[in-house]
Amino acid sequence: MTDDHDHSQPPSDLELRVKALESLLVEKGLVNPDTLNSIIDTYEHRVGPRNGAHIVAKAWSDPDFNTWLLADASAAVSSLGYIGRQGEHLQVVANTQDIHNLVVCTLCSCYPWPILGLPPVWYKSAPYRARAVSEPRAVLAEFGTLLPAHTKIQVWDSTAELRYLVLPQRPAGTEGWTELQLQQIVSRNAMIGVELVVATNTPATKSGPVSI
Amino acid sequence: MNGAHDLGGQHGLSAINPEPEATEPVFHAEWERRVFALTLAAGMLGRWNIDEARYARERQHPVTYLSNSYYENWLAGLELLLQEKKLLETSANSGLQIPTPTAAAKLLAKGGPTLMQSAKPARFKVGDKVRVKRCYTNFHTRVPRYAQGAVGIIAATRGSHIFADEHSKQHRIAEHLYSVRFQEQALWNRSHDNVEVLIDLWQPYLDCGQ
Repeated sequence: MTDDHDHSQPPSDLELRVKALESLLVEKGLVNPDTLNSIIDTYEHRVGPRNGAHIVAKAWSDPDFNTWLLADASAAVSSLGYIGRQGEHLQVVANTQDIHNLVVCTLCSCYPWPILGLPPVWYKSAPYRARAVSEPRAVLAEFGTLLPAHTKIQVWDSTAELRYLVLPQRPAGTEGWTELQLQQIVSRNAMIGVELVVATNTPATKSGPVSI
Repeated sequence: MNGAHDLGGQHGLSAINPEPEATEPVFHAEWERRVFALTLAAGMLGRWNIDEARYARERQHPVTYLSNSYYENWLAGLELLLQEKKLLETSANSGLQIPTPTAAAKLLAKGGPTLMQSAKPARFKVGDKVRVKRCYTNFHTRVPRYAQGAVGIIAATRGSHIFADEHSKQHRIAEHLYSVRFQEQALWNRSHDNVEVLIDLWQPYLDCGQ
């Protein structure tokens, strides 16, 4: 029950069950096959955490945008074109020297799709959903993130329709970097709050920014 | 409902074992792509809303829910909704609009905003002490078990939003929504980890904390 969330080799009866369901829905005229393919293409190739990295890098580079983002994230983010399903009501929470933010959905898998794409398997897994609220320090340690004891951890359980993005601290050693350079070091995991951004990070994802 | 989905604070689930971010694919198998798209496309027929979809996944046997991978739970929820809404019965689907790719893209861009005016007054303001009510319903709710009975402080008022519990029964009713801050002592009877948990809770879940 703990390590079975990969399922890259599903049993063939599951594949058959899904194929049968799709055939039935298409045959009955309930879904359009082209629509299915366009939905998959959108979330597999077009929407992803590069959108979030753009937001973070802009907030680090532009103090006015930063203020706007923290005051009214939905408006600030939609000014960049990132709007859509599961991102209707955004909140951005900023890490500081004293406070570290972490996002979870203990009841399902709520996640800001238009700015981070679809959530990774671990975010949706039972162990993360169980432990992020009860032992966040141990959870962060599993991601290699060790915070000083004096740093308060604020865990945001997204139980309603607000969707959260963590604004990581800008790392030392990035003075004078362009917004584009900064985008390259912002990982998805840092925007969920399980990691910090460090100046030596390499780009983690590949999707270009688009709106949906 | 007190289902297996309500996971906050559960023990025995062990390590998270995350896949590395740089190499994790969006989907891990072709059937996952199809289940994801079928769920969204079928949802666009407008016969159920997101809270009904969540409730459909939650109503599985707890062992099944916890043994399934994520998209297996989506598949189970979709199958249940199709059955309950009788969508697979011939002629039940007459008059339904089947979105084209363009129409679907517009629906995805529009999303489902939940902000909605409420005629009721907001009972609480920032700084107020509140206690989460005990809740033992077999219906859909978004008040997690681990917070029930706990006392917290209103950290932010979020306006009024469509209330999930009623929405899962297809009633669109707005209730005031709050982000409530809980000390770890209030939730876990412990105070050494320097942790606070903030939970988004609708007004009907809350009583005055005094």
